[in-house]
Amino acid sequence: MVWIRFILIQNRAGKTRLAKWYMQFDDDEKQKLIEEVHAVVTVRDAKHTNFVEFRNFKIIYRRYAGLYFCICVDVNDNNLAYLEAIHNFVEVLNEYFHNVCELDLVFNFYKVYTVVDEMFLAGEIRETSQTKVLKQLLMLQSLE
Amino acid sequence: MVTMEVLRTCSDGQIKRRRPGAVAHICIPSTLGVSCDCTTALYKEAEIKRINKELANIRSKFKGDKALDGYSKKKYVCKLLFIFLLGHDIDFGHMEAVNLLSSNKYTEKQIGYLFISVLVNSNSELIRLINNAIKNDLASRNPTFMCLALHCIANVGSREMGEAFAADIPRILVAGDSMDSVKQSAALCLLRLYKASPDLVPMGEWTARVVHLLNDQHMGVVTAAVSLITCLCKKNPDDFKTCISLAVSRLSRIVSSASTDLQDYTYYFVPAPWLSVKLLRLLQSYPPPEDAAVKGRLVECLETVLNKAQEPPKSKKVQHSNAKNAILFETISLIIHYDSEPNLLVRACNQLGQFLQHRETNLRYLALESMCTLASSEFSHEAVKTHIDTVINALKTERDVSVRQRAADLLYAMCDRSNAKQIVSEMLRYLETADYAIREEIVLKVAILAEKYAVDYSWYVDTILNLIRIAGDYVSEEVWYRVLQIVTNRDDVQGYAAKTVFEALQAPACHENMVKVGGYILGEFGNLIAGDPRSSPPVQFSLLHSKFHLCSVATRALLLSTYIKFINLFPETKATIQGVLRAGSQLRNADVELQQRAVEYLTLSSVASTDVLATVLEEMPPFPERESSILAKLKRKKGPGAASALDDGRRDPSSNDINGGVEPTPSTVSTPSPSADLLGLRAAPPPAAPPASAGAGNLLVDVFDGPAAQPSLGPTPEEAFLRFVCKNNGVLFENQLLQIGVKSEFRQNLGRMYLFYGNKTSVQFQNFSPTVVHPGDLQTHILSAPPALRSQVDGGAQVQQVLNIECLRDFLTPPLLSVRFRYGGAPQALTLKLPVTINKFFQPTEMAAQDFFQRWKQLSLPQQEAQKIFKANHPMDAEVTKAKLLGFGSALLDNVDPNPENFVGAGIIQTKALQVGCLLRLEPNAQAQMYRLTLRTSKEPVSRHLCELLAQQF
Repeated sequence: MVWIRFILIQNRAGKTRLAKWYMQFDDDEKQKLIEEVHAVVTVRDAKHTNFVEFRNFKIIYRRYAGLYFCICVDVNDNNLAYLEAIHNFVEVLNEYFHNVCELDLVFNFYKVYTVVDEMFLAGEIRETSQTKVLKQLLMLQSLE
Repeated sequence: MVTMEVLRTCSDGQIKRRRPGAVAHICIPSTLGVSCDCTTALYKEAEIKRINKELANIRSKFKGDKALDGYSKKKYVCKLLFIFLLGHDIDFGHMEAVNLLSSNKYTEKQIGYLFISVLVNSNSELIRLINNAIKNDLASRNPTFMCLALHCIANVGSREMGEAFAADIPRILVAGDSMDSVKQSAALCLLRLYKASPDLVPMGEWTARVVHLLNDQHMGVVTAAVSLITCLCKKNPDDFKTCISLAVSRLSRIVSSASTDLQDYTYYFVPAPWLSVKLLRLLQSYPPPEDAAVKGRLVECLETVLNKAQEPPKSKKVQHSNAKNAILFETISLIIHYDSEPNLLVRACNQLGQFLQHRETNLRYLALESMCTLASSEFSHEAVKTHIDTVINALKTERDVSVRQRAADLLYAMCDRSNAKQIVSEMLRYLETADYAIREEIVLKVAILAEKYAVDYSWYVDTILNLIRIAGDYVSEEVWYRVLQIVTNRDDVQGYAAKTVFEALQAPACHENMVKVGGYILGEFGNLIAGDPRSSPPVQFSLLHSKFHLCSVATRALLLSTYIKFINLFPETKATIQGVLRAGSQLRNADVELQQRAVEYLTLSSVASTDVLATVLEEMPPFPERESSILAKLKRKKGPGAASALDDGRRDPSSNDINGGVEPTPSTVSTPSPSADLLGLRAAPPPAAPPASAGAGNLLVDVFDGPAAQPSLGPTPEEAFLRFVCKNNGVLFENQLLQIGVKSEFRQNLGRMYLFYGNKTSVQFQNFSPTVVHPGDLQTHILSAPPALRSQVDGGAQVQQVLNIECLRDFLTPPLLSVRFRYGGAPQALTLKLPVTINKFFQPTEMAAQDFFQRWKQLSLPQQEAQKIFKANHPMDAEVTKAKLLGFGSALLDNVDPNPENFVGAGIIQTKALQVGCLLRLEPNAQAQMYRLTLRTSKEPVSRHLCELLAQQF
């Protein structure tokens, strides 16, 4: 069965800015995965593909400034669809935080989780329309 | 794309300045925010100090006399969460978070749910409260709150939540008045629960209505629903069959729409790319549509996608082409899945061919990967072959190793008799510079191709010796054993092989594997080249012996055997060789194996007559086993996911179906071919294949075609395992080949288990090896393994294995039995849970009512109790229940419970380290067809584990 196993946002130094798990891992395992992903992804440059085999899965990732956005999926899954799902997600963040930067993700972590849940749920893509997601986010913001 | 520029312009690793005036929305002390980026020890220390102070502060707020208002509670829970996300442990605040769930303010509720989702805790007290809050929110009719609750269930996805809500969510999903966003969340929430515990999600009238969500006006609902349907239809394809036509018409509408029709769902001029991909993926769960109209419409869609790929792009942005190509690749996957439309397959291949030279590395990579599967279709194999030069070029020039690896995979997949020599030589060349990580795989591939497509065996021998020369370290035993087998079995190549190894050994430094192969071949066939004075017997011997001292023990042992064979082949070398054997360094060698060989060979050569010697040291008979073990090894290396890409045969859709957690057992029965062809050459595509091999046995391919899911005869292994919880004897596993029976007895903390392996076929199992691994704290000692167990099990025979078991301390995971063997050449493997559960070490304890209640009260801490309320899966019969409880191991106590319908039991779990007293109570409710089971023990995990085990028995 195909679904996203986890989503990770890390900076170049390996600090995790978001970790969303769609599979049960214990804490040690999570830490190990975070480190492994960082090691695998950061050695690659622009000439490399945006895909890396990873254990029995693969990582689809894209780098934005100093941040790596990584999605771990099944080896048979559609690489480009997830690559663009990342971009779609980043565009929503950018719009929502008005030019998002790393610190936005740090201080507004609880909002980032909301954005993630709007766009990805249970390891599946939930909503892809930027307009719809942003409208919903603004509505939620107005409740604050 | 304006928005992205901002991110790109930030220099790497540096944090962009905060926007002026922007303040963190929650009051996190500024030092906390900064400290999270500090790496030096000094700052670390400061950070920890600061955090401890903050934690103390929060704790005092929570404990204070003044009740906190919602806002402050949220603030502090949020801080705790922040601290946790920085990597510090949090051991309080759960209760406050749960309190937030019942707030009416969105922000407070949201932080509460987030805390629960991130810090899931199986604390049973809290779960009840959490579930209660979720229940209220689900019933609230407030879509925002409903979504929060659904997201929480989807994020936690625990069994407890499944039990509480699995029945409600389908209702929410198909209710006419549910908001679109709620439907989206409900669909995926249900999906998560179904993945976690499929048994909890009842199929029913709602399933038909879920399928119709594919027609929903809201594309977001469709997006979520497709995922759910794709998952559900895997287990119940017939129930969801109507989704095919609905998916096709939805897809058709999207594909044929103009780039702006779908507004919100158009992404860089591509209409609904993700939904299209999901729909195409759903269709891959089924064979091609039977209805001609539907099929026609679908083929039209697929053609449209292929046509669009040729149109000029509507935007230069990579996002546009990625989104477009995401659909294209999924379309090609579907075309390959159907494997029935030659026209489409060839078009797909041509399209991928264009990508092979694209400037985007991603596209080149994906094209290579996708072409690999096209190569296995008979319709497109030839079309794929036309790209050989591009692919070889990719192997040489790509910078990304993963791309080169895909190129190697594709070369392997497109190889047939017509291009084998070219491909093998290119791969050999690549091997010289290949990355270490993939050398072994390349070696295996070369070895397989060389064997499979060898027309003359001298080429095969050359290739393998080249392999050893170039990458000796990566040439595994399987590979060089194989060349020896083939040389032994084919007398037309023996002379050539002897000559070639002799030459190869002349090199000043040659790999030890070369010495092994050389030693063996010269020992067998050295006589074939002995006529040439340049390779006379003494020369052969001294050449081999010059390598002797540099070799490992195993190789030296092999060489000693070569020497004794030389004595037989070339009597003139006898004196020299006896001298070598007699030398102190051999006769008194510290290694037992070497010493023994030297002593025995020396004696043999002195006492035996020439006739005896000739008989004992006769040339090896041909090897009966004719299939390659290399293929199996390659497959193991590649992992299950990649197997299909390498598969020579058609892709077998059913092979994805893993049966109850047990590895799919390869079911292929490769009967040895009666033909004289020793290799079992693959029947290559007609134009290239010499007629002689066309009908040859297909052994290599058979080994590879392996894992078609084999229907299991009896219950699934998991069911069988559960049955053993309350009994000790029975059949643990059975399929068409093998039956495994179990007899066991337990006393105190010790147990003995007899395993009976029955070969149900008429063919011998080879390399039969059952092994036991215990991931937990259970110690098993394998007592005895009769000789038969070590290698073969004859057809129809049964062999026995005895395990002695000692329970050292309480454990949760049962030991695993892993059985490997070869059946007709195909490797078989299965892993089963051994039916050893903690309750086997129960010692029943009788006690009076008074004692029972006294002890029951003593075990009153919440974590000492585990309770489960569950539906009866079997008829509720008091006698059967009694028998099961006794089988479970506890004593049954009469006249203890005031209600005679209830069952009460007591016992002690005996382990070497400690004893765990257990009390249990089972309350049947015949009216509701439910049971309530309560376990109290002195150890929390034991209570829970026993409760889970026993609850599955009724």
